[in-house]
Amino acid sequence: MDPTALNSGDTAWMLTSTALVMLMTVPGVALYYGGLVKKENVLNTLFMSLIAFSITSVIWVIYAYQLAFGTDVGGLIGNGANLFFSGISSTTLAPLAPTIPITIYAAFELVFAAITVALISGAVVGRMKFKAWLAFVPLWITIVYVPISHWVWGGGWLAKLGALDFAGGTVVHLDCGIAALVLCIYLGSRKDIRLLPHNLGYSVIGAALLWFGWFGFNAGSALAAGGLASSAFLATNTATAAGMISWMIIDIIKTGKPTVLGAITGAVCGLVAITPACGYVTVTGALIIGFATSFFSYYAMTWLKPRFGYDDSLDVFAVHGISGLWGALATGLFAAPFINSLGVGLFYGNPMQMVWQLIDIGTVVVWSGGWTLVLAYVLDKTIGLRVEQEEENEGLDITLHEESGYRI
Amino acid sequence: MKEITAIIRPDKLEVVKNALQEIKCNGVTVTEVKGRGRQLGVTESYRGRDYKVDLLPKTRLEIIVNDKDADDVIDTILKTAQTGDIGDGKIFISPVEDVVRIRTGERGEKAV
Repeated sequence: MDPTALNSGDTAWMLTSTALVMLMTVPGVALYYGGLVKKENVLNTLFMSLIAFSITSVIWVIYAYQLAFGTDVGGLIGNGANLFFSGISSTTLAPLAPTIPITIYAAFELVFAAITVALISGAVVGRMKFKAWLAFVPLWITIVYVPISHWVWGGGWLAKLGALDFAGGTVVHLDCGIAALVLCIYLGSRKDIRLLPHNLGYSVIGAALLWFGWFGFNAGSALAAGGLASSAFLATNTATAAGMISWMIIDIIKTGKPTVLGAITGAVCGLVAITPACGYVTVTGALIIGFATSFFSYYAMTWLKPRFGYDDSLDVFAVHGISGLWGALATGLFAAPFINSLGVGLFYGNPMQMVWQLIDIGTVVVWSGGWTLVLAYVLDKTIGLRVEQEEENEGLDITLHEESGYRI
Repeated sequence: MKEITAIIRPDKLEVVKNALQEIKCNGVTVTEVKGRGRQLGVTESYRGRDYKVDLLPKTRLEIIVNDKDADDVIDTILKTAQTGDIGDGKIFISPVEDVVRIRTGERGEKAV
């Protein structure tokens, strides 16, 4: 088969994967977060994910894709040619995945960008101005996400260095986890920081859609329909199931009772942790990664958060930041050359891989943390980041949107 | 005339209502309420943290009856709403000065 000619099997799989990943944000993340908040904030919470998807969709086709995935300039950024997708025909193939059209490649990368920024909303729900969020989304995508995705996936310097991130452990999860932490610290705590889900059933549906859509996220990151996608698919499911089971065990040990919220949180941690590793590791590797990750995220939630007193409303840092960090490190440990020839981890005789992983992690932490802080400062001084205390008390659905989620 | 106010478990509403209908006590006003008793609610646990949920959902029935029927109604509610566990609720009985049927203007026991 010609590796630089359109392959209909690959194209069909990428069309499907892209639609699957879209489902993760709308309504996956929206419902997962929406169920966890108090009922007076449910619409505002859902809306933050919905609008993040639309804003990202528009800026992506105008200029963001061209900067993230255009021809590399000095390892730093894409060249930005073909703004508005002008000059690109339906038969143009993706330079970075030459068996599929560039249009579906761009759409696939778009749904990744959208979910990354939508995930951040979980840390700030209940107190961030919606107008500030509308400005934050395009700025953050442009300044933080576009360069990082170029460096790791668009042929930039981290990719050339040899950092491994199959589907976004650093680009997506560590990235949004760090941004979430910085933004929630800048915003300050809510008056009522209790986590009392108003409709945990929503969150179960949301988590289930995340799990389902993640097959597109991870197996789709093979950018082709074949053995590697299949291997990533099985690794993803294995780690997720292991994450759910290990969280349930921690729950039983700590409180005597397994909880549903714990189970779905563990599953999402498993999904996050396997994301950078899924196309490099064996099923055994996936089991270890998934099983271990719940311990790290549980510790971040129940020890780190109260100790430092930041109000990460829905634990975005603990779930995505910490499990993403563990996944990125674990990729450097468990990458097996017989799964994917591009990845040789420490356990297969390549200790240098850990260095590349640490450079990748450090870069994402500094870039995402630093720029998110700058953005928070600028938005706070211009639009204002935080709602009035009265609005927070009364709930954002009625005060910011003049709607309420339930007519009872 | 008496007003009988019963705070019961929401899931007992159907059986209580049906039993009241069987003794020909048809008129009832139902409200969804929240409240707590001596035990101050229950503890819930989310992501490793415990929260005291001190107001639990309950259902309130308001029934106005003639004096002679009051004990029957109270017994019926007691029999059908009781589980013997914490959280069964309470019944309050108080005198009613007058009753007016808006449609006809009737007053007193005829209007009940």
